Amino acid sequence: MTPEEDRQIRSRQKSRAIVTGLLLGALVLLFYAITIAKIGGGH
Amino acid sequence: MASSPIMSEGSASVIPAHWRDFVALTKPRVMTLVVFTGLCGLLAAPGHIHPVLGFTAILCIALGAGAAATLNQWYEADIDAKMKRTANRPIPAGRMDRQSALHFGIGLSFFSVLLMGIATNWLAAAVLAVSILFYVFVYTIWLKPRTAQNIVIGGAAGAFPPVIGWAAATGHISALPIALFMLIFFWTPPHFWALALFVKTDYAAAGIPMLPVVSGEVATRRQIWFYTAVMAVAAMAPVLLRLTGPVYGTAALLGTALFAVFAFQVFRRRESDPVRMGPEKRLFKYSILYLFLLFGAVVIDRWIFA
Repeated sequence: MTPEEDRQIRSRQKSRAIVTGLLLGALVLLFYAITIAKIGGGH
Repeated sequence: MASSPIMSEGSASVIPAHWRDFVALTKPRVMTLVVFTGLCGLLAAPGHIHPVLGFTAILCIALGAGAAATLNQWYEADIDAKMKRTANRPIPAGRMDRQSALHFGIGLSFFSVLLMGIATNWLAAAVLAVSILFYVFVYTIWLKPRTAQNIVIGGAAGAFPPVIGWAAATGHISALPIALFMLIFFWTPPHFWALALFVKTDYAAAGIPMLPVVSGEVATRRQIWFYTAVMAVAAMAPVLLRLTGPVYGTAALLGTALFAVFAFQVFRRRESDPVRMGPEKRLFKYSILYLFLLFGAVVIDRWIFA
């Protein structure tokens, strides 16, 4: 593996980790909002 | 998100796919119409749905459509590589391996259906599951490589969103969402065959039996006109069945009349050079506007008169 490939792999892993983290955070908020809506008899 | 890496060309190293390529797999641009028709089904439905649950339902429809598009590209990677229009998609372009796309597509399918069931109801979730399975198995795997009528029956997959939106809001399916399903179902052939007329060289290169490739352009133009006539009946059905009022009735009448004019022009023409296919491109573009117009009119009509 060349240094350039190593750098590219780490860069991809980092950006994917950030996006995954953001998606998980959004899901936490979404499930919280769904729970509140359900408890409130929204549907 | 799937994490399987790809083997890069001529190297033993592995380069993971970029997250943007996972987004690209879901075809976000094509999703617009699916989301809009689903939203209209939800908004036109009687009763009230909590905005958070309504938002979640539309999110699930979008994720389900993205999952189906992903699985479509997983299965058709070899075909996509042969067409100029699709050769730069993540898998044929070599930016992602097929297994990552498969895992991502299956994961997204299960997630969208389960979330729909939990947030709204299991009828909406079941219809969403059927729409994904229909698109992947009936359209992509079974019909598309075998028959020139592929998009006629396969078009049903794209007709499900208003039914799903309605079911999410009400917990049941009634006559109006079925009428909207029929409208998209019969709208799909003229919409898609207008596109197939001016990109036919691509389909021919990939060996996909699109109607212009198998039956020729004259037959395709005749079929566009035939299905436009059937679509016109489907478009007026909600009015004739008294499911909608004058707002939709006026929009459907004028919108469909213009659609028929454009389709008739395409029917009468014998142009075979894609560069000079102005009316065909105009019909394709207008068909998208037409569906937005009619579905928007359904919502306004129901809000005023229902």
